[in-house]
Amino acid sequence: MQQNLVNAAYLVASVLFILGLKGLTSPRTALRGNLLGATGMLIAVTATLLVRQIVSFELILVGIAIGSVVGVAAALKVPLTTMPELVALFNGFGGGASALVAAAAVLSPAMIGDVARIQMYTAGAASAIIGAATLTGSVIAWAKLQGMLSMQPRGGVLHTINFVCIAGALGLGIYYALDPGALWAFWTLISVAALYGVLFTVPVGGADMPVVIALLNSASGLAAASTGFVLSNNVLIISGSLVGASGFILTEIMCRAMNRSLWDVLSGNLGDAIGSSDDDVYQGRVKSASADEAALVLEAARSVTIVPGYGMAVAQAQHAVRDLSRRLQKNGARIRYGIHPVAGRMPGHMNVLLAEADVPYDELFDMDQINPTFAQTDVVIVLGANDVVNPAARDDANSPIAGMPILDVDKARTVMVVKRSLSPGFAGIPNRLFAADNTLMLFGDGEKVVRDLLAALDE
Amino acid sequence: MEALILSVTIFVLAVVIGFEIITKIPPTLHTPLMSGSNAISGISVVGALVAAGAGKDELAAYIGLGAVILATINVVGGFLVTHRMLSMFKRKN
Repeated sequence: MQQNLVNAAYLVASVLFILGLKGLTSPRTALRGNLLGATGMLIAVTATLLVRQIVSFELILVGIAIGSVVGVAAALKVPLTTMPELVALFNGFGGGASALVAAAAVLSPAMIGDVARIQMYTAGAASAIIGAATLTGSVIAWAKLQGMLSMQPRGGVLHTINFVCIAGALGLGIYYALDPGALWAFWTLISVAALYGVLFTVPVGGADMPVVIALLNSASGLAAASTGFVLSNNVLIISGSLVGASGFILTEIMCRAMNRSLWDVLSGNLGDAIGSSDDDVYQGRVKSASADEAALVLEAARSVTIVPGYGMAVAQAQHAVRDLSRRLQKNGARIRYGIHPVAGRMPGHMNVLLAEADVPYDELFDMDQINPTFAQTDVVIVLGANDVVNPAARDDANSPIAGMPILDVDKARTVMVVKRSLSPGFAGIPNRLFAADNTLMLFGDGEKVVRDLLAALDE
Repeated sequence: MEALILSVTIFVLAVVIGFEIITKIPPTLHTPLMSGSNAISGISVVGALVAAGAGKDELAAYIGLGAVILATINVVGGFLVTHRMLSMFKRKN
């Protein structure tokens, strides 16, 4: 009877998770959706404490207390600019928790109910592999986002080692599932998977981070689903597969937005830069403008589109950008923000930064919405974005980024590019946009340039 | 075996529902989607609680404690930070 009650609670929780995700389909219902999800979790946890296998509560209380303090502190104290780091770490914790639950279950099968042993040990191995790799991969991703780790080894040797790791972990998993007495195999496969998590994230470059974070997000879900098979627990299976699907879709979207395969991202492969050198592209063609000159153009503009990139996050320029756009709106200009799917270091990174600066979300447009508007736009301000506005991706079949969907900012009447220097972006290639006839370069720190523009407009 | 087939059925149905819903989420909410779905993947806390409280095997219980800590950080931190982000998304006026 009691178990039926618990299962009914799990069903309610699963439904709330689904409704919660559905709430995220619109900014208007998103907050309520998140609350539904949290309510589902509360119900699931409360119901679990009624499970008859639980006989002692000391460790549980200790764990919940520590976890809650750390979780609350992390969620409230961390500045929103470091959201990619935080999400990366949380992904890792989720994967790690799933792997640990699987480990506890295979060590002490008595704690779980009636599950076919072969299912339990196979799923246990799967959960341990995915969870351990997610944990270490996320820690590496976090370290890279923090700028603590910049090495980017590439090449055949690494591919071979990665392959050996995957094959080894799978082989050990099968061996262990067939002979669950061989605990050494279980611990070895966890170690090998943890090593693989490190090796597959290390070669990934900064601009590819959105793909990796989305992939780790998916993996944390799959680890939870595998743990669900270990325990034969439906709420874990349902929630885990929802998250797995979500992360997978985001990974897909990110890869498509860069026109790169998942394999290329994970092996750190970039097309070889052939074609024009910096000098060919820039020589004598780059026009730089002062804040006063740029302000004159902006003064007359009826429509202005701002295209932010990772540089805006680095310069912390989002508040200055908001002030500039309000100033231009007062002047009668229509303001839009054009956001490339991979701008920043995680999916939706720019949107969160702008939301933090009180930019209303109906001024934000994604690539498909904004591209048709550029031809009728007076001024585009590109702030800290580079490869995603490089016309070479569209026009030059030999370019390493050929075929990558870009924001067609070069079609606007005037393009202002705010940038520290002419240094190349992630792809390491020159950007023709900077030398275009209708482009003005505003050199300097993003925040400072925008503030200077504001001052010049107010004169 | 029947139980396994049932579990697989549930898994596949949940994946389908996931795809149907997630593809409708606008790019502007992709970061909150990641942090929110991440909090949901902290559901392994349910298994962690059983592992930490079953009192059958000491090592398993301590591993369970580790799992409870990690999963609770994930759940509490994840839902809270998502809430913090979503409360900033505002319409004009």
